[in-house]
Amino acid sequence: MTPGQSTTTHCPYCALQCAMHLDTGPDGHLTARPAPFPTNRGGLCRKGWTSTEVLTVPDRLTRPLMRKDRDAPLTEVDWDTALDHVAARLNALRAESGPDAVAVFGSGGLTNEKSYTLGKFARLALGTSQIDYNGRFCMSAAAAAGNRAFGLDRGMPFPLTDVAEAEVVLLAGANPAETMPPMMGHLSAPTLIVIDPRQSGTAQAALDNGGMHLAPRPGTDLALALGLLHAVHVQGWTDTDYLHARTHGFDDAWRHAAAWWPERTEQVTGVSATQLRRAADLLGRAARNRSAYVLTGRGTEQHAKGTDTVSAWINLSLALGLPGRRGSGYGCITGQGNGQGGREHGQKADQLPGYRRIDDPAARDHVASVWGVDPATLPGPGRSAFELLDALGTDSGPRAMLLFGSNPVVSAPDADRVRDRLASLDLLVAADFVLSETAAMADVVLPVAQWAEESGTMTNLEGRILRRAKATEPPQGVRTDLQVLADLATRLGQPAERFPTDPDTVLAELGRASAGGAADYSGATPDRLAAGEALHWPVRPDSAPTPRLFLDSFAHPDGRARLIPVAHRPPAETTDADYPLIATTGRLMGHYQSGAQTRRVPELTDAEPEAYVEVHPDTAARVGLAHGDWARLTSRRGHTRARVRLTPTARLDTVFVPFHFAADQAANNITNPALDPTSRMPEFKVSAVRLDPEPTP
Amino acid sequence: MSTTQGPPPRQIVVVGNGMVGARFAEEVARLDPAGERVHVTVVGAEDEAAYNRVLLSGVVAGSYTTDQIRLPVPDTPGVTVRTGVAATALDTERRRLTLADGTHLPYDELVLATGARAAFPPITGVAAPDGRPGEGVTALRDLADCQRLLSLARPGAPVVVLGGGVLGLEAARGLVGRGMRVSVVESSPWIMRRQIDQPAARILAAQYAALGVTVHSWRVASRWVPGTGLELDDGRVLSGDALVVTAGVRGNIELAKDAGIEVEHGILVDDTLTTSEARVHAIGDCAQHPGGGAGLVQPGWEQASVLAQRLTGTAPQATYTGSSPLTRLKADGIELTAFGRVHDDEDAEGLETVTVSDPHGGRYAKLVVSDERVVGAVLLGFPEAAATVSQLFDTGAPVPADRLALVQGLPTAAPETGSENGQRALVCRCNAVTRETIEQAWLDGARTREAIADTTRATTGCGGCVRDVNALLSGLADTDTAGVG
Repeated sequence: MTPGQSTTTHCPYCALQCAMHLDTGPDGHLTARPAPFPTNRGGLCRKGWTSTEVLTVPDRLTRPLMRKDRDAPLTEVDWDTALDHVAARLNALRAESGPDAVAVFGSGGLTNEKSYTLGKFARLALGTSQIDYNGRFCMSAAAAAGNRAFGLDRGMPFPLTDVAEAEVVLLAGANPAETMPPMMGHLSAPTLIVIDPRQSGTAQAALDNGGMHLAPRPGTDLALALGLLHAVHVQGWTDTDYLHARTHGFDDAWRHAAAWWPERTEQVTGVSATQLRRAADLLGRAARNRSAYVLTGRGTEQHAKGTDTVSAWINLSLALGLPGRRGSGYGCITGQGNGQGGREHGQKADQLPGYRRIDDPAARDHVASVWGVDPATLPGPGRSAFELLDALGTDSGPRAMLLFGSNPVVSAPDADRVRDRLASLDLLVAADFVLSETAAMADVVLPVAQWAEESGTMTNLEGRILRRAKATEPPQGVRTDLQVLADLATRLGQPAERFPTDPDTVLAELGRASAGGAADYSGATPDRLAAGEALHWPVRPDSAPTPRLFLDSFAHPDGRARLIPVAHRPPAETTDADYPLIATTGRLMGHYQSGAQTRRVPELTDAEPEAYVEVHPDTAARVGLAHGDWARLTSRRGHTRARVRLTPTARLDTVFVPFHFAADQAANNITNPALDPTSRMPEFKVSAVRLDPEPTP
Repeated sequence: MSTTQGPPPRQIVVVGNGMVGARFAEEVARLDPAGERVHVTVVGAEDEAAYNRVLLSGVVAGSYTTDQIRLPVPDTPGVTVRTGVAATALDTERRRLTLADGTHLPYDELVLATGARAAFPPITGVAAPDGRPGEGVTALRDLADCQRLLSLARPGAPVVVLGGGVLGLEAARGLVGRGMRVSVVESSPWIMRRQIDQPAARILAAQYAALGVTVHSWRVASRWVPGTGLELDDGRVLSGDALVVTAGVRGNIELAKDAGIEVEHGILVDDTLTTSEARVHAIGDCAQHPGGGAGLVQPGWEQASVLAQRLTGTAPQATYTGSSPLTRLKADGIELTAFGRVHDDEDAEGLETVTVSDPHGGRYAKLVVSDERVVGAVLLGFPEAAATVSQLFDTGAPVPADRLALVQGLPTAAPETGSENGQRALVCRCNAVTRETIEQAWLDGARTREAIADTTRATTGCGGCVRDVNALLSGLADTDTAGVG
């Protein structure tokens, strides 16, 4: 692109999808600056400001890499050699062990077009059921809970800007001040009730503005949500007319909440009965004015009871009469850039495009007809993300895996186990733009384009479909993910026209495949996107998009929302004399997910160069640790090291570690892969650990 | 999938559909959702479905309707609940339970969760010879008692509560909240004698007095005169339309005793919650475990959970070794938590006691520490501290060094961390912009908030520093004007 040129697009990172201008400098390099847009209101966080630096990192991959065998180093090869090798190995493994011998692992960072094509590639070119993605580790619990309550999962079923007008916003396990700073602009007017074991930046903002911070012991959010429902009901804030007219199931849900009177809730959660009652009144009064929101984030969702916990928050919001009305509601704050779109178009083990179920015969017929195949040839549901990773290289599991846009050896729970599984594969292929920790383990690495080097669409946390524009050419030798999938598909015997490489062509096909589904994109055309229309799905041709869902009815056949009866249960593992503390993991402002991108940006990595552990001064002193010391955290699964950061506001029983760092500083070395029975979400947020000084080498 | 048919589910019969019996059924339903391992039949004497007895004082207070305190009934094939039918006899030889309707229930395992009933003290007029409450008298153990109480007294009427323990004080708070004029009579030297120390009781009594409840400690009642009131041993008569007796309970052990099972004041059980009969178990208020715990619901629920794990075979090794009961008074406007060793001599070997007494503020805190662990506490009027301290007690975690901050519910003072980890004072934390950077940008010509944002990125993250940046700019502008002028 020529110097002086400017392209308006969206940020490569989180689901806020802030708008930005990418300006081409005299040296041809791009720089980012904020652009006006409803979600970011002209703001950007430091990840966004520095996002273009990832395009030109010194270790950017520009040629395919391959190794002869596991012990040999990766060496540069040409594309044909790499692709021919991959195709030949895949064919051989499929011939030996059947189509499910090959797995595909995708990402909530991929565009809608890529997510869609990846799912299609798995089902048609590979015929495998073994496809899932890292979104399981993000929003799956809230998605499952949203589906069972409302019959539909769109993270926020209303525009984010609505939230700014509310009197009260309850944030359960969400820390936007750190993870999505520009979102805080929408939260400056409402009184906030922040639920977080840590006094996070968001909790501090709440306190500074006359709001509340409730700090439950990690793993007790479900009890807290039941306790709040109890207090709300007893204090007279339940909207009985609404419950009667628009929902089912309050009585059964209440029976469980009835066992959580404030004093008992206090004992289990550590949140005082006084605070609980105050929070219930604050919320109840705002709900009476139809001016309150309940929003959940990963803190409350990433548990082995995540789905039930989110159901408890939804029950609370339904009891207050919030969902499906202007000015109030329940929403999940989706995390990954395309965490919303990524869970709708078929890269999930149980799904087909349009948020359709792969075991629904009508859905199979529809999608098969768009794809021009016999529905009987489509595989059925496969394993969920952690189960898939855990099965790799086992007798009954896949022998090869193709990885797109994910870095599971850093981001998946129980990282040592995941590394073992990946190492036992016959073939690991990674498409990435840098040699991430997982790509470094691969047999073949395919260098692919980055966000500003190609176009596509993303669906942000409000369910709004956005255009990502191409601002520059990819480096010589780099191909797009769509190109790579087409190259592989044709080598696997697929007709070339079945795997188009032009994103708009894919979008049009995705529109047809999703038409009539829950997440209907058929009206999301390039023209409407270019015109800047706010395309919240469902969006059909010749009809207006849907900024606010459920205003007339919920998506269950009878139009009513459901309160799901849920009971509290303790975390998957408890503390004991050997592992007396609870470790909880989370995110930092300067880094994104596994850090593969942000750890390569000098400004970001200078600010947070290494893992740290946030710990109460007394807890640290007890094991002889001072501020700045290196500590070792050991769980029943492994250990990680981090520098001590003394935090007087920390709970005495809880330490916090960010998970953006790798190898011996990877927080996921210690996390628990216990899975939620409904969503298969792992228990990232509660691990029993011991804190020790790091042994000097 | 295997198609072989396993043996039929084992039959568990639970006697008692109260909080603990119902919880046992719920736990079993969770552990064995399809009812493949066991089938549970719960037999309850009351006609009502199971309800939350802990919240009865809330019903008295008018905070809860009777419908709101119902307990969940497991909706699974493995659980059957029969209400309105009492168990009359137990035959441990033939392993069957006889019901009041003359039918029999055979069992593989029997769980006694018969609970306890109010103990009426031997005071003239309080109870009839057959054990029924006298005229104008009621206990507060079940819903029928609640309804009886509310039919005996109206707002404005005098009511006497006999027994200044937890239930009596909760009832008194509820009744005064409804407009009754309430007196509490306690035969011990002070109220909540078992749970709190005397200085705390004195402040608590003063709080009750401020609410309009008169407390008469260390007073024995001599006679209940219906239509008049309660006569005390000193001859005074406390006016009362109704007398609420909350002076202790007696375990319902007769069924077990008549079957030859070993009992003392409760049905004796070991750590497996088994009685002297191997197939008969007891949990809740009717059970007597060496670790104590009867009288509160939490130990009963823990027992229900352990027994459910054992009898479903999901954790046959599970045991109950006693619990550390914690008392949390449920009285509107009064925050009282008490547990553990609060009556020990403060000079006792190895004990460290922190005490804060603030009668004027209605606050009192006592924290007893041994070997860096909380072993007892009374916290009156310190709700935030109570939440933290009771968790420290529950989890056995070490106490922080600043004990005084702990009992007041304050955060630990910020530690000296030397260089502050290299972090400078930031104006815009999101973009790590310092005051110096903003001043430099101003010197370089950025005179508006927008211009500062373009050059430094300050204010473009969360926007929380907009006010600070504006203030900084107007300060700089003032200095500038002053300089030029």
